[in-house]
Amino acid sequence: MAASIIEMIVFPGFVFLGVLGMIFEYVDRILYARLQNRKGPPWFQPFADFIKLAAKEDIVPREADSVMFKVTPLLAATATVVASFYIPLWGPAALHSFAGDAVVVIYLLTIPTMSFFLAGWYSTSLYSTVGAVRTITQLFAYEVPLFLVILAPGILAKTWSLSEMAAFYSAHPLLCLSNVVGFVVAIVALQGKLERIPFDIPEAETEIVAGTFTEYSGRLLVLFRLAISIETVVGAALISAVFLPFGYGLGAAWGFVVFIVKIAFVMVILAVFKTSVARLRIEQMVNFCWKYVAPAAVLQLFISLILSAFVG
Amino acid sequence: MVNPEKIVKIPIGPQHPALKEPACFTVSLNGEKLVDLDLRLGYNHRGVEKAAEGRTYTQNMYLFERVCGICSHSHATCFIQCVEEVAGLEVPPRGRFLRTLIGELERIHSHFLWLGVAAHEIGFDTLLMYSWRDREVVMDLLAMLTGNRVNYAANVIGGAKHDVTDEQKAAILKAVDTLEERTKYYIEVASEETTLIARLSNVGRISLEDVKRLGTVGPTARASGLSQDARRDDPYAAYKEVPFSVITDTHCDVYGRTLVRVGELMESYKIIRYVLQNLPDGPIAAKAPRKIPAGEAVSRYEAPRGEDVHYVRGNGTEKPERVRVRAPTMVNLLSVPKMLEGNNLADVPITVAAIDPCFSCTDRAIRVADADGGNAQVFSWEESRRFGIDWYRKNGVDFTDVNKRLAQRLK
Repeated sequence: MAASIIEMIVFPGFVFLGVLGMIFEYVDRILYARLQNRKGPPWFQPFADFIKLAAKEDIVPREADSVMFKVTPLLAATATVVASFYIPLWGPAALHSFAGDAVVVIYLLTIPTMSFFLAGWYSTSLYSTVGAVRTITQLFAYEVPLFLVILAPGILAKTWSLSEMAAFYSAHPLLCLSNVVGFVVAIVALQGKLERIPFDIPEAETEIVAGTFTEYSGRLLVLFRLAISIETVVGAALISAVFLPFGYGLGAAWGFVVFIVKIAFVMVILAVFKTSVARLRIEQMVNFCWKYVAPAAVLQLFISLILSAFVG
Repeated sequence: MVNPEKIVKIPIGPQHPALKEPACFTVSLNGEKLVDLDLRLGYNHRGVEKAAEGRTYTQNMYLFERVCGICSHSHATCFIQCVEEVAGLEVPPRGRFLRTLIGELERIHSHFLWLGVAAHEIGFDTLLMYSWRDREVVMDLLAMLTGNRVNYAANVIGGAKHDVTDEQKAAILKAVDTLEERTKYYIEVASEETTLIARLSNVGRISLEDVKRLGTVGPTARASGLSQDARRDDPYAAYKEVPFSVITDTHCDVYGRTLVRVGELMESYKIIRYVLQNLPDGPIAAKAPRKIPAGEAVSRYEAPRGEDVHYVRGNGTEKPERVRVRAPTMVNLLSVPKMLEGNNLADVPITVAAIDPCFSCTDRAIRVADADGGNAQVFSWEESRRFGIDWYRKNGVDFTDVNKRLAQRLK
């Protein structure tokens, strides 16, 4: 009992993921800055932001639904942490696993997006409402491709448990090459899930101020930001578990190093992607996802299906 | 017909992250589509024209430098050209060339600034950082030449204030080479980057007919194919002697406006090189009298944002009797509702930014009268004070008690 509480709260739960999330937030910010010819923040900036925001007053708008307004940030942060328990981090086995946990992880990673929508909707301010509607519109565009490509490698491994998938691909590393298309699709979808440029449409500053988060301040806002930081790490971990299953079985210490390198690799791709493009319009985003990303995901599915006839 | 219940009104302004100055665009939306736009100005009225009447011509030179923070040389030169015309002053050739030099450097820094702002409006912050980094090169040049990064005060009535030394010439030519190289890179980016083109093409379209009808000026008009440039049509300073071409484009949208501005950067480099290589010898300024004779003049100046018009009436004293400023944004704003017809909410910031607006330059108090001549609505000081008090009272704010207590305290 005590052990599982520590697991949940300290390691590898809330505290560990929060700190890791903020470290990678720093990595993201410094990379983005260096790629833009800027100096970038000092290493402690995400922590300083966290402390500063947490010390500020929470303001709940009079018009807003105060219960929903306060619960949604918590929901978002919790869901991402729970998702991490089913993803193999530095060993081929996740903390907990069961047959079909891949579906549950994707489902859990959808909850933050849903809570952004609810938060925006129950804020009742105009900017938040528009942001909320955009969040949900965008969700439909990237979620289907993400589902397809996370589950496609499972066809080959004949399992929908992430731990077993990781074990299968580390036993047959060459088969990873068949998932390259899926990797690209997953990166694009993750960028959309994390609402980063070019898919930061729900919080487009120059149009709708801060979108969903316009009315948020203080501890509630910091929880949302923490949830996004953790979601970034968990998302990157999910991608690296499914598409980059290397370095398991090197022992805990080296396994951890490889894990960090893999997440950093995914973060570099995300940061370069973010640097080199402009924000799309919502209908351009939806068109792009259904025209190019979804067919690519279906292609990945076909590749996996055809290969599974030959393998095993 | 759109169901009125489905219309959402979103205020962009008076304070909004997309706006650098206060203005209010109330956008009526049906989903993400725009159905109506209500534009309100007047948050920045500074009474510049009235202030000018109480100052001498020399003091006014500094005042009009501050009409706009970006095209400060444009407004100052435009005003001084009026004064010189009234006074019958002939600016020496070297002075005219120096004015052209500063004017073109200003155009470069303004267009780089615009490129960055436009990039930020469409969420392309990388381009913002790059173009503002390069803008520093020209800002440093202006600081070297005049001592100031903005509001250069490079004019005197009758000519220019600062001469250019040979070392400065070499430094400018070197910097212009750097800038030209960078600009070529931006042209490449503008013609290749898919998301950039997707966000700019077919946004804020305005046809040549509408441009002519609404009197649009500057790069906004030139991007719709109207070949109009005060530097060529009504040459001032040294533009009669300097060869340059007027950049036009037929895209009619924000993308076209981007191409025109980037193209104008390349022209500015040519002009600067020509000016420096053919700088005439002689004095840089003519001696100006302190009192300007009675008379009136209008002058046109092609500011980076479009044609700037000033009107000055002198009455024989050292202060002008009336000055009128018409900033280019004033006319360009009229075309914004037309441009935004049928666009998305996401296009509003970039379309507004694409005319390179400068609201504080634009705001003037105007006496509004009915078309039949009567019924003018002008508030006296007492009336407007009364109106303010009543308005606040009606909205539940009453300062009577506070005022009484304050009066007691002061006793």
